[in-house]
Amino acid sequence: MTKNFIKPLTGASAVSEAMRQIDPDVVAAYPITPQTEIVMKFSQFVNDGKVNTEFVPVESEHSAMSACVGASAAGARAMTATASAGLALMWEILYVAASNRLPIVMPVVNRALSAPINIHCDHSDTMGARDSGWIQIYCESAQEAYDNVIAAVRIAEHEKILLPVMVCQDGFITSHAMERVDILEDEKVKKFAGELKLPFPLLDTDNPVTYGPLDLFDYYFEHKRQQSEAISHVFEVTDSIYKEFEKISGRKYNRVETYKIKDAETAIVALNSTIGTAKDVVDALREKGEKVGLLFPRMFRPFPAEEIAEKLSGLSAVAVLDRSETFSGTGGPMLADIKSALYEKESRPTILKYIYGLGGREINPAQIEQVFSDLKEVKKGKKVEQVVYLGVRE
Amino acid sequence: MSEKGWKELEIGGRITEAGNAAKYKTGDWRTFLPDVDREKCINCLQCYLYCPDMAIEAKADGTLGKIDLDYCKGCGICSNICPVKCIEMKKEEK
Ligand code: SF4
Ligand code: SF4
Repeated sequence: MTKNFIKPLTGASAVSEAMRQIDPDVVAAYPITPQTEIVMKFSQFVNDGKVNTEFVPVESEHSAMSACVGASAAGARAMTATASAGLALMWEILYVAASNRLPIVMPVVNRALSAPINIHCDHSDTMGARDSGWIQIYCESAQEAYDNVIAAVRIAEHEKILLPVMVCQDGFITSHAMERVDILEDEKVKKFAGELKLPFPLLDTDNPVTYGPLDLFDYYFEHKRQQSEAISHVFEVTDSIYKEFEKISGRKYNRVETYKIKDAETAIVALNSTIGTAKDVVDALREKGEKVGLLFPRMFRPFPAEEIAEKLSGLSAVAVLDRSETFSGTGGPMLADIKSALYEKESRPTILKYIYGLGGREINPAQIEQVFSDLKEVKKGKKVEQVVYLGVRE
Repeated sequence: MSEKGWKELEIGGRITEAGNAAKYKTGDWRTFLPDVDREKCINCLQCYLYCPDMAIEAKADGTLGKIDLDYCKGCGICSNICPVKCIEMKKEEK
């Protein structure tokens, strides 16, 4: 039996390790920067006989997701991984996976979308897919990516859920940076993941079943209503699975993560690796006596609106940092959700809108400090209406 | 409406009963109706083979049988495939 061990791993390799331990029945994947390392390492595990997985080297991401849909409908535990244009090419089948209620788990390494072509991090790929019916989990570090890929298998496959899950990490910043990662014993992960038992597998030929039939005005709406119902159970299921995961790992996860927000007057809301950078800035400002904090919606779909509103409503000013643009003319995608979450609250913080880091543009501590100082000005009464493009050259 | 509500249906539109397509009557989609000139028909049964809804009957003696109007959706494939052009698609008066 293997033991827990600490290993220096990139975010991408940490995810390959999780996939090795989960040992899915089928992995169908196509390489794309910066996801490549996940599939490269995993295919090595297949080659070396370390997993029992049927590996399908497909000709495109559309096919990767299609093969996963077929495998999952057959009753297999299916996984893939992608990024950017790869996710965009899967688009049609993302909806097919979610609507067919297939619990596929897909690590996504966030990367900008073309054009112009860019291989670096922003969140426009997964943000675009936010309404596809997939559950979305965001991760700050390699450790979080490893842990959440394992937890995601259980969330996806829960009988009340049966929905696919994306586990997102930042391209290059997380996927290619070496970190200290605590890897669980193989046996522990195997036991935690358990056996997959999907209702109505296609391979059960004694009980034939049709997947994906024509579903017109007479039934389609009911099936969409069922999807919303499944989504409404995601929070309770995630909470219990995170608790179970804590028991085997000692690491605690929440749908909404906060940092020093309890007595904070102002806070920044952001996703993924930016939270790591911002934690340092918060620590430094706290030492100077400033009451600042952070909020990280680890789960972005479904959106934990009530909990976020609860945590932010008492603050005087909040800055929402979006690493993607919606081109709605009103700011980023997270901003819209945060604002609407707060609408019902009697006391609401003033909200500052930022778009940053597009195409991998660096976000550094000085910029985060600038945001906190903007928040301070707003707290004192300064008005800022417009979206601020943080780090763009004028 | 007598159809089941969302709580009673299988998720994802799964059909867990085999061979129940017969319950779905496609005949009410029709605008045109196939009209067979039995005099000209050479009983080749191409129409029977090509009908996407299995609405055309082939009799045990190998000749052309009835067209089941509960399922004929009026697509005209039979008319198109017929080698002697003895199936005319006529506008249905309802
Ligand atoms: S019109 Fe179409 S559905 Fe009707 S009998 Fe001919 S082929 Fe079949
Ligand atoms: S295809 Fe035409 S000729 Fe052949 S059986 Fe049908 S109606 Fe008769």
